[in-house]
Amino acid sequence: MSALSVVASALILGGVALSAVGGIGLLRFPNVFARMHAATKPAVLGLMAIASGAALEVGGTGNISRLVLVIFLQLVTAPIAAHMVGRAAHSRGADVGGGIDELAAEGAAGPHDTPTAE
Amino acid sequence: MNVVGSIALTVLLVAAGLALIRLLRGPTLADRMVALDSLLLTIASGIAVNAAATGTGEFLDVMIVVALLGFIGSVTVARFIERRGP
Repeated sequence: MSALSVVASALILGGVALSAVGGIGLLRFPNVFARMHAATKPAVLGLMAIASGAALEVGGTGNISRLVLVIFLQLVTAPIAAHMVGRAAHSRGADVGGGIDELAAEGAAGPHDTPTAE
Repeated sequence: MNVVGSIALTVLLVAAGLALIRLLRGPTLADRMVALDSLLLTIASGIAVNAAATGTGEFLDVMIVVALLGFIGSVTVARFIERRGP
């Protein structure tokens, strides 16, 4: 087992452990925003670790470029998706679980292009 | 690498099962969407682990498609929630 393979195994096992922790948090946390907090960590860091480990292990220019493309796409799209789901849940009055709700305080709870009344 | 791949795939299976429970149980549509996004991400991770364990990158194209499908689904359902209802 070469040194590169050991590093790849460590990266894969770390990312997989992060994914499992995200699954546990997804099941046990009380409201939508806490669940998103648990689920969006492995979405970026876990996938980056697993794809980096796979790229070290597989080798080959085509495979590595495809894995780098997946990492790049995930880095670009994960914050957008999390932001839109969170804003949609908030605009429908989801439970924020205590604390200060700055979005509601500003009176900007919905996007500007949403029709306000049916 | 075979042992590591088996362990990693088992742990990913457990994570996918937990996300599936939330997907079936989740009280609101946003809960289900978060769980579905997490489930698709676990599938993409499983494809990467499979590529590392077998040493062939045949299914990495599928990984790109699955990752993009999660994003498009999340954005679409978020727009739907904002316009229509819970």
